[in-house]
Amino acid sequence: MGEFKVHRVRFFDYMPSAIRAMAFNSRTERLALSRADGALEVFNFADSYFQEKVIPGQDGRAVEALCWVRGRLFSAGLNGEITEYDLENLRPKYTMEAYGGPVWTICSNSQGTHLAIGCEDGTVKIFEVLEETIRFQRNLDRQKGRIISLSWHPSGALIAAGMMDMIKVFNAESGHATHRLLVERGVGASKSREVVVWSVAFLSDHTIISGDSAGKVQVWDGVTGTLVRTHLVTKWDVLALSDESSLLAGTSEGTVVQFQFISSTVDQHDKEWVRTRTFKNHTHDVRALAHTDTAVVSGGMDTQLVVRPLLEKVEKNTQESALRKIAFPHRSLVSCGKKAGMLLFQFHGHLELWRLGESDGHGKPGDSLPVKRKPEKLIQLKRKGDDHICCSALSPCGGWLAYSTISSVRLYRLQYNGSNISITKVAKLPKVLRSAHQLCFSSDSSKLFASTTHSSVIIIALSQSECKYLHTLRPKSGTRQPVHLMSASEDGKWLATANSDCEIHVYSLHKLKLHCTVPVYSSCPTAMAIHPTTSNLVMVHADQQIFEYSLVQKEYTEWSRKLQKQGLHHLWLARDTPITHLTFNPRNPAHIIMHDTYMFCIIDQNLICKTFQVRSLFGVKLQTMAYHMEHLLCVSLLEDHSLVVVERPLLDIASQLPAPVRQKKFAT
Amino acid sequence: MVEHGDIRVVHRGGSKINFREPVLSHDSRLLLCASGECVKVFSSSTEECVHDLQGHTDLVTGVLLNPSNHLQAYSCSADGTVRLWDFTDGILIKVQLHCHHVSVQPLSVSVFSLLMCMCVTLTRLLSSSQGEYIASAKGLHLEVYFFKKQKFSLKEDNKKGAKNTFTCLSCHPKDDCIATGHEDGKIRLWRNFNHKREYTYSTLHWHHSAVSSVRFTPEGTNLLSGGVESVLVQWRYNQETQKDFLPRLGAAITHIAVSPDGELFCTAHSDNKLTVIQSCVKVSAVIQGLVKGESVRTDLMVDPRSKALVLNGKPGHLQFYSLQRDKQLYNLDIVQQEYIHESGLQQFEVVKAAFDTRGNWLATVEERKQKDSTLELNLKLWAYDEQTQSFVLNTTVSGPHEARITAMCFCHTADSQTTMLVSASQDGHFKAWQLESNHYFYEGPFWSCDFVGAYHSLVPECCCFSADGSLLAISFQEVVTVWSPASWELLTTLSQPPGAIRDLCFGRQSCSKYLLGTTAKNLLCCWNLLTCTLEWSTSMDVSLLLSDPLSENMAAFCSHAGCTDLFVFKPSEPRPLFSHKAICSGKVTRAVFAPREEMLESCEESSQWLNRSQLYFLTQYMVNIPLVIDDSVAVTPFYLLLGKHRQQQQEKQDRSFSAERNQLPQGSVAIKELLHTPAHVLPSASFLCSMFVRSLLISEKKSEEEEMESDKEEESECEMEASTMGQGQTAEAQETAAPALTKAQARELRRVKKLDHSWLSSLLDS
Repeated sequence: MGEFKVHRVRFFDYMPSAIRAMAFNSRTERLALSRADGALEVFNFADSYFQEKVIPGQDGRAVEALCWVRGRLFSAGLNGEITEYDLENLRPKYTMEAYGGPVWTICSNSQGTHLAIGCEDGTVKIFEVLEETIRFQRNLDRQKGRIISLSWHPSGALIAAGMMDMIKVFNAESGHATHRLLVERGVGASKSREVVVWSVAFLSDHTIISGDSAGKVQVWDGVTGTLVRTHLVTKWDVLALSDESSLLAGTSEGTVVQFQFISSTVDQHDKEWVRTRTFKNHTHDVRALAHTDTAVVSGGMDTQLVVRPLLEKVEKNTQESALRKIAFPHRSLVSCGKKAGMLLFQFHGHLELWRLGESDGHGKPGDSLPVKRKPEKLIQLKRKGDDHICCSALSPCGGWLAYSTISSVRLYRLQYNGSNISITKVAKLPKVLRSAHQLCFSSDSSKLFASTTHSSVIIIALSQSECKYLHTLRPKSGTRQPVHLMSASEDGKWLATANSDCEIHVYSLHKLKLHCTVPVYSSCPTAMAIHPTTSNLVMVHADQQIFEYSLVQKEYTEWSRKLQKQGLHHLWLARDTPITHLTFNPRNPAHIIMHDTYMFCIIDQNLICKTFQVRSLFGVKLQTMAYHMEHLLCVSLLEDHSLVVVERPLLDIASQLPAPVRQKKFAT
Repeated sequence: MVEHGDIRVVHRGGSKINFREPVLSHDSRLLLCASGECVKVFSSSTEECVHDLQGHTDLVTGVLLNPSNHLQAYSCSADGTVRLWDFTDGILIKVQLHCHHVSVQPLSVSVFSLLMCMCVTLTRLLSSSQGEYIASAKGLHLEVYFFKKQKFSLKEDNKKGAKNTFTCLSCHPKDDCIATGHEDGKIRLWRNFNHKREYTYSTLHWHHSAVSSVRFTPEGTNLLSGGVESVLVQWRYNQETQKDFLPRLGAAITHIAVSPDGELFCTAHSDNKLTVIQSCVKVSAVIQGLVKGESVRTDLMVDPRSKALVLNGKPGHLQFYSLQRDKQLYNLDIVQQEYIHESGLQQFEVVKAAFDTRGNWLATVEERKQKDSTLELNLKLWAYDEQTQSFVLNTTVSGPHEARITAMCFCHTADSQTTMLVSASQDGHFKAWQLESNHYFYEGPFWSCDFVGAYHSLVPECCCFSADGSLLAISFQEVVTVWSPASWELLTTLSQPPGAIRDLCFGRQSCSKYLLGTTAKNLLCCWNLLTCTLEWSTSMDVSLLLSDPLSENMAAFCSHAGCTDLFVFKPSEPRPLFSHKAICSGKVTRAVFAPREEMLESCEESSQWLNRSQLYFLTQYMVNIPLVIDDSVAVTPFYLLLGKHRQQQQEKQDRSFSAERNQLPQGSVAIKELLHTPAHVLPSASFLCSMFVRSLLISEKKSEEEEMESDKEEESECEMEASTMGQGQTAEAQETAAPALTKAQARELRRVKKLDHSWLSSLLDS
């Protein structure tokens, strides 16, 4: 196996931001999620809940609501704008001012022809969805008080709007209010406070269901405008509602309550809404909910996305039936200067450059060595402009640093002589380099690769005096999806890119042209690397499959075929976080080092090949290595064969969250 | 043996009334509960026992109302029979032996309490409305069996562990909703269970420990639940966040029952108590049986004033239990500390108690032994307060001795002004406590230590005052010392090795010169205190020796080979007055002579000893009923007047107890018939009254009359199937009526009865 000196890094205080809104597109099985910092994430539920795309946020843009219209994603926020996103270039396509003050909610009708937004000034505005853009159509009758929540009737003729103290039902054609449903205020001290209808749901049988700040979930008859039933769910706010034949309500206590439409007796058909299960997977407010066919998806202030399968809808004891918590992004936020022993941490607002500590001690395996020189923060680099950082890279020699936002790419020259550090911005970058989805340096730090639109890669030659545009590599498939993984080989011959269409292209850097395309596998690659000696490309996919592709022979290697034939161990397949990084051990070329959030493992290719003991090997690895590492963000191998492990314990994140609503706990 | 045939052991009560769920009658007026081998019918408003439905020969394991006739109830028993009763009149209607009502059977005998939804089961089996499924829970599985479709079962196994184990369940009367209680205190409401996969449940959580009972009200608007917290929780169906509580019910709730009209709830508690609760969640009546804790640590005593049996009941309490009415009179809080419901916590317990002769004083000892600390002891003396009719704490002596108190007794003088209490302890001392009337600091009389005695640093085990209070005998292991309480002088020592003294007892009345002791080496010794010599001794393993305070008789229980024999003797006479082999199985732990309310004039020599008092004892009787109070009753008034010919039959028969129980003393059949027939089927009282009055006047023909009636018994037997089964009629009425009827009157009466009876039997058969 080999022994390593391990740097355990815990000074990356990465803090994910709270989940604010969610929208699930059941046709494409994509979940769009917005965070408090304005970032948008798209998860592919069909592909092991892989975080496919991340659109970085922007200062001053807070997304309050999200909405899918067929494949298009719209958002609205308290800045009063409606934004449509370009999911191919991972940036906002256009923004449109709604002229109604802050926008609280956005909602599309089931036909996908119109969007309705609720504004602070009390108007519900209807927008027509056109081919490329949206167009304001009309206002519904203006009300006093803000519109907090909206829901279209599936027929598209009626809209229910949740306001302060009441719910109004509008006729979407005429724009007039047809019903006014008064929502009771809370009892006691909260009697004087207005009750906020945080969410409404308009069902096809004209039932309106509302969740409000008094902790009630109320069922209304939308035809007569009468209250059918009140469920007191919590003492605090009911913040989110999501409906199908079963309905979910998220509360500020962190619970998700399920309601089901059930007939009270076996043979009869008169059904009613009955409160059934309660899920408690959050410590803080549940701000967003989605109901997929098989699962309850919830997210909130505690920044985690929780997928709780409904056990009656999935097979028991399968991978599907396990609870998933997605706490960390499925991409690397850490880049490692292998030769210099430096780490670059990416935050949405700034970058941090650290030098690793040193130790001269020798010890037995398992000992912790005394630190001779403490790790040191060299630079904290603030980004320029409003846009958040979307990617960053540090060259292996530690001499170059690059980051990109959606509007610009910046490159810096670093000079470090052991005590002093100087940073200079490279002034003249080639014009072609406007923005990048991924940045990557070649192993000898002489080239910078930046992926841009349509999966193309721009190569820039770096030297002391200048940086020069060399070439643009384009895939032949004509894909429009962005690159999310890029890996250059150690010997400088190859560059591999992977995009959201699951395509992996390998370019020859000598010939500056496409060398080959790996056969497309159905699942998205989550990590890949080119072997330094054999030039084999090793890929791990979201469904945990491992492939090895020989670049020379342009075919899967013998080992890969055997592994596929044999199948992987079920414990390996049952893991719920993707492999986010893989490297090779230079001392033993047959060793592949991989890690996900909860464990890292070393795969011995010889062992698997020779003895066919995949099962026992994986079993042992998962058990022995997992126990003392927690929540890994990066595992990387330095040039001196020491291992860098960047950890971020969830407990540290939880301790930085604001205090949840106080709840009386039994026996305290 | 034959000459003692009229003395028998009867089960006098004190059996569990919380063993099974109680049943409330349709009009909420009566409450039925299984109690040992009978079913007790209580009035839900007055708390009185109205009837004992006797007839089962083994433990009654379930009671159910007959859904088709709300005046009838079924009971099932471990003897394998199901009986149908008219519980308002206490009449047995039908006996079915392992018949088609099998559904009631699992309710009774199953080890893992396969709980049935009673309502659903019986409505399905006995009538044809509603009732489409049975739900049952066992371990981690909930199974639902549908009747209309083929059998279908739903299993929910939660691998998380035993905490999700089902403990109880209840079906909603209207909706298809099953409520289940769980080990971890959760209540789940299951719905939609007719689908294989899409069943769903909601969870309610208030209880912190296992839920022991859940019950829907008949309208289905509320759900009641209870557990060890002794709080009845009322949940609103479909509005589960609103709930009502009825706290401080005293002991853990074991069962909940609801009357069919929903007016009353009834909870059974672990301390053998039934609480009747109005639907507005207010306690309206409490029926308290004999509380049996883990062990009876105090002796059985009889309160001289109330003639109630006194023993420790609830933790830290003494209970006063009426022997005649089989009912707890009241509890006296001795410890006066809040009892904390937590396992493993050592709390104060009452370990000794003693009354003085007139019932003016009560002495109690409570102790607490915690693991790493010294023993905490309190001696409390309680004075009887005439105004409040209860005991009031007079003196508390904390730490009266340094070690556990082994024995304590009051001086038995009837006339002396000074009252004295002697306590003996394992610390090697005995102390005499005396009432002091005046002190400059305290008002009123109080108790203080008068004398501390010891004997060769041996540990005193038993102490006993002579009947006149002039002598005190204390046993120090093998040595019996006799002291004079007046001067605290050691008068003499008596020793009869080998074996430490286990019990010590002075003779009474004519035998007061004798002192009796039992030793650990199976010896019963009798010393003559005038000569200070051993009068006689015999080798027998006496486990319990006690003297009758009202006569010179002594009773000794000898246990051997798993059985207990009873000997009653006078110390002066070598021959026992009465002996009974194998009076019960198991060891007799406690016994007491309780004085009779009215003295009997029995001529039989063997039963004379029971003229003044009755002997009660506690035993380890059955598995299900760990303690049973038995009564050795010789002669009841009923027996005296009606049972003579019965006795002759009895003597011929095998003397097994079960046989005895089945044989009913029969007197005049006509009277019996009359008395056993429900009042509403009898002719009007004015019609019968004149007959009765006349019959009371005529008494010369009594002897002939009786013979004739016994002759006629055979011919009328066949008509009386139903009525002979019923019993429990008041003996007094028969006593007066039995000799009174003339032949003609009896015939007329029977004619009337026959008429009515055919009508009645046709009703029953339908």
